[in-house]
Formats: sequence, structure tokens, C-alpha cells
Amino acid sequence: MTETRVSTAVQAPEAGAAIHCSYREAMRAAIRDAMQRDPRVFLMGEDVGRYGGSFAVSMGLLAEFGPERIRDTPLSESAFVGAGIGAALVGMRPIVEIMTVNFSLLALDQILNNAATLSHMSGGQTSVPLVIRMTTGAGRQLAAQHSHSLEGWYAHIPGLKVLTPATLEDARGMLWTALEDPDPVLIFENGVLYTMEGDLAADAGPVEISHAAMRRRGGDLTLISYGGTMPKTLEAAERLATEGIDCDVIDLRTLRPLDTEAILESVRRTTRAVIVDEGWRSGSISAEVSARIVEGAFYRLDSPVMRVCSAEVPMPYPKHLEDAALPQVETIMAAVHECVGNHG
Amino acid sequence: MSIPAQSPEHVATTPSVSQEHALELFRSMLRIRRFEERCVQLYSAARIRGFLHLYIGEEAIAAGVMPALQPDDAIVSTYREHGHALARGIPMNAVMAEMFGKVQGCSHGRGGSMHLFDIGARFYGGSAIVGGGLPLAVGIGLGERMQQRHTVTACFFGDGAVAEGEFHECLNLAALWKLPVLFLCENNRYAMGTAIDRALANIDVTAKAAAYNIAAETVDGMDVLAVEDATRRAAAAVRDDGPRLLEFRTYRYRAHSMYDPELYRSKEEVERWREHDPLVTFPARLRAAGQLDDVRLSAIEQEIAAEIDAAVAFADEGTLEPVSELTRFVYTETVPA
Repeated sequence: MTETRVSTAVQAPEAGAAIHCSYREAMRAAIRDAMQRDPRVFLMGEDVGRYGGSFAVSMGLLAEFGPERIRDTPLSESAFVGAGIGAALVGMRPIVEIMTVNFSLLALDQILNNAATLSHMSGGQTSVPLVIRMTTGAGRQLAAQHSHSLEGWYAHIPGLKVLTPATLEDARGMLWTALEDPDPVLIFENGVLYTMEGDLAADAGPVEISHAAMRRRGGDLTLISYGGTMPKTLEAAERLATEGIDCDVIDLRTLRPLDTEAILESVRRTTRAVIVDEGWRSGSISAEVSARIVEGAFYRLDSPVMRVCSAEVPMPYPKHLEDAALPQVETIMAAVHECVGNHG
Repeated sequence: MSIPAQSPEHVATTPSVSQEHALELFRSMLRIRRFEERCVQLYSAARIRGFLHLYIGEEAIAAGVMPALQPDDAIVSTYREHGHALARGIPMNAVMAEMFGKVQGCSHGRGGSMHLFDIGARFYGGSAIVGGGLPLAVGIGLGERMQQRHTVTACFFGDGAVAEGEFHECLNLAALWKLPVLFLCENNRYAMGTAIDRALANIDVTAKAAAYNIAAETVDGMDVLAVEDATRRAAAAVRDDGPRLLEFRTYRYRAHSMYDPELYRSKEEVERWREHDPLVTFPARLRAAGQLDDVRLSAIEQEIAAEIDAAVAFADEGTLEPVSELTRFVYTETVPA
């Protein structure tokens, strides 16, 4: 196997052309692109091959790349995640798909005690250039064991990078950049986003993964979110604008390392912040964002920082209860109203 | 609870080797033993801290396995890995400096006793989560094979790991994908303080390998020649035909770590196993064969003592990493090729 990386563009599309596609298709295009660019890249996970991926992300890739590079694994999360780590240690660039974040708990030892730790334990002798993709989030009536949003947990761990693509561009572009990173990168794909459709530039390609993105410019208040709650947050911002409340909307994109500067830059201008997070409130990434705002912009605040998080309950099955447990457009708007009503 | 020492069956059939090689094996075992005995003193003197898991009694395995591997073969080890590291050829200076937490240590001082690494020696570290090294070894084997490298990945683990789910996941995956992994079970009969028959419904480790279609062999882990011979055969089979498992029956004479009052086994049991001590039985065989005498033994002891003295001095003179570098090695500082 050659060690050289083929970084040339895979296709030369018409400039300015756009294709209509789904988040799922954008992710698939990202995997295909990575497989074509670099022979060291391979995809491994449960049902990624013949089944086409539990969420159909890898549909068709087995036929294109063969079973050596599109590897169906047994239901052995710890073994195949660890196998990805080992293969990365000796020069491969594995993409490990864990079917859902819920199952990643079966591989947590490998992710925390090996992937995140080997470089340090060896005094910098090793790197683990591994990408782990997994579905996350609730909203599909899958009840208490298939609805977790644990990306904030993973963002607690030094040695990892944690990405939460919320747009077609990021679904298409984050994977290659993650594969070029010398350290383990976790990509969380919120299940409700897979069917999201829109126009993607035909020449869309790798994107940087170090910064948050301003998805909407307002100035009255800063809404901060990521991943699966981004569409709801943007919808809330549009409806608030019709009421005359114009919000900045920050998409964190990367939960570790957190782009503190982007958050503080906005909050210092708007003096108010509401954080929207599908994770449980206690010990969540929203708590971390809130703390950083308080540490870095306390004297600029005109209101306490507010949060819209999931209710602290294992996810119930019935739709009305699940809806009530999750951040919604209405609850985001209510928090903004309250925050704007506060005067420091 | 008392477990009778088993009479190894392989003693009579172990191969003969040259005097030079036999003495090298003996020297390798003695070097590990003396190194660890010095570590105990240094621990008592608070020069070494944290956990210190001694290999004393099990030296024949490391000393026998390593000569049977090639320089480009990979090794994944456990937290009881001083012997593996030394026998693999990681310089004693670097190992001792690591025990002292010095920058000159083989893991830059960041790992300590349980995390010895030397990627140049293809030694992928001591892992201190029981069973956690097996998935790593499977992945190294996978990566090596996908890059058409004709190597073996040797993975050490203890009998305690056999109860972990990762053991079973990994044997299955390695067999399913015919990966070049040599599973090396150092069965010292205790998972910390839990005797194997109090932990496993079936204490036959090779039977578990058989359940995954992996050929396995039980080897007298107190006989360095048996260990080396079995490893050579198994490594050759792995290189061409996929995973194999060796179960080495062995015994640890010292406590699990430095904090262990050893309430779980009798002194009599330990004494019975001392009759099988490879550092008693093997030199006795060498003497009987006229390959070792007091003069030669004394010379070997002196060489080893000098090496250990030098390693302690090296570690002593080593530097502590400045606190300003605390957050290094969390992320890669240079992009790998």
C-alpha cells in the first residue's frame, strides 16, 4: 500500500453548479470521496456493507469498494472500535461506524482508555488517526435506550475531537478534514438530520473543523446550539425576528475543542445568551458553554445565561412525552423572551 | 484456598538448544528478576511510586517468547510488563527512567510502570485495563495485513482477561478475519486475588480458543525452552494461517502489586510453586548438562548488577519534565507520515 496521499479533487464540477441532496447523501459522498482519495481509508462497522448501513449512509459503497475496505463487523463494539485504533496506530486511516451513540457505550473503554490516551501514555510516540462516526439524538420515538445525546460527554475527554455536523456542507466536508487529523475524531450525526435536504455546491469539499460558525446575524441576543437542534434554533430565530428580536445564531460545529472566542465575541456584542442543547442539562456541554461565557464575558451580560436542554428523564416512548422532553421551537422562543425581559 | 501445583507435561520433550543460546535465555530471565528485585527496594525507598506489578516467577515467558519473534513483529502488553519490555530489548536505562517518571524514560515519564512504550521496538505499550489490549492487537494485525506486511502481532494478557468480554469479541474477530495475531495468555492462576476456578466456569483457556476455531496449546510457562519452542511454532502458523493462542501456565511469587496482603492464597501454595521457579530449575538443568558453573554464574550476576546500577544512576540523573509542559502529548505535535 502506498503511503502517499492523493489530495487532488476527485471530480471537476462546473463552477457554481449545485446539486440537490440530503444530509445522508452528503455524508455518503464524503465517505466515497475519502475512499477514493486515500487507499489507507476503510470503513468498518455493523451492517455497513451488505445492509448498506443502518441509516443507509453507506448504501452502495460495498459494490464500489469491495469487502476489504467496506467491512461488516460482528456485534462487538469494543473489538471493532479497538481494531480501528490498532489499525490507525500502524498507518491505516479507518472510519469506524458505530450504529448509534447508545452502542458506543460498549466501546467506551477503547475510546477513552486507548484512543484518547495512547499518545499521551507513550509520551507522544504514537498517534491514533481514527475517525469514529455515530448517530446520535432523539425525536424518532425510539425510547430510552436509543435516544441519547452523549456528544457532550465525549467532549469532556482530552485527546478527542468532537464534531457535530448540522449542515449539508459540514456533512460533506468534515470527514476528510477529520481523517487528515492525526488524532481521534468523533463525528456525531443526529438522526433527525439524515432526511434534511437542500442544495449543496457541486464542488463542495473539505471544511475546517476548528471553528464555530455564525449561521445568522442579529445583535439582540446570542443563540448557541449544535447538531440536531440547529434547525429548531434557526426556526426560532426567524420567528423571533418577525417579533423584532434579532438573534445571532452560533453553530458550535465542534464541541471539542470549543471555539470560545466565537462565543464570547458574539455575547460581548449582544449581552445576552441562550444555549440550546439536546443533552440533559446537568453536566452538559451547555453547562460548559455557560461557564465559559461567565468566565469571559460576565461584566458584559445584561441577563443571566439561559439554557434550553432535554428534560432530565430517560426518553419516554409516547410522542407527546418525547416532544415535551426535547428542546422545541416554542421553548427556545420562550427562553429568549425571558432572557430579553431581564435587565442587568 | 489451595491449588496444587500442576506437574508440567512438557518438560521431558523440550528441545535442546546450544549452550550459548541456553545461557542467553537464562541471562534474560535473571536480568528481569534482578531488575524487579531492585525495583522493590526502590519502591520501599519511595523512588518508584504508583502501582508496581511484579513479574517475578513468570520470567520464562517473556524470555522465551521474545527470541521467537521478529524485529518487525508487534507486541501489545499488560500492566505487568517489565519483563516483556526488557526481553524485547527496550534499554534498561529507559525502562528504569520511566519507573522514576523521568523525561529519559521510554514513555517520556508519562506512563510509569504500567505504560512502557517503545514504538521503535514495535512495543505498543502496557495496557492497564484488563482485556483492553486485545482489541488493539487485533487492529494492529488488521492494519498490518491490509498493508501486506508479513508480521505477527503478539498480544499478552492474563487469565483475568479471559473473563472479559473483549477477550471473546477479539478471538472471534481475529478468527473471522484470519488476522495474524498471536494471543499469549499468561495464566498465573489469579486475577488479582481471585483464583481462576473462582472466576471461570471452565478453566481450560484452550477450550475457549477452540470455540472460536483458533488452534491453541497449553505450555509449561515455567520452562523457558518449552515457551520458546511453542512460540516459534505458533508464530510461524500465525504468519501464514491466522490467529493462534498459547496458554502459559505460570505463577507469580510476589503480591499482585505493592498493596496486596495476599489473604487469598497460602504460603504453602507459594512454596510448592517455588519448586518450579525457572530461575532454580533452569540453571540446575544447565549445571547438570555442564553448561553452567559458579564462575560463569557469578560473571553473569555481576554483569547484570552493573547494568542495573548503571540504570538506576541513569534514572537518578534523569530530568523531571517541567510543569510548563504539563499539557503536552494530549494531541499530536507533529503530523504522522
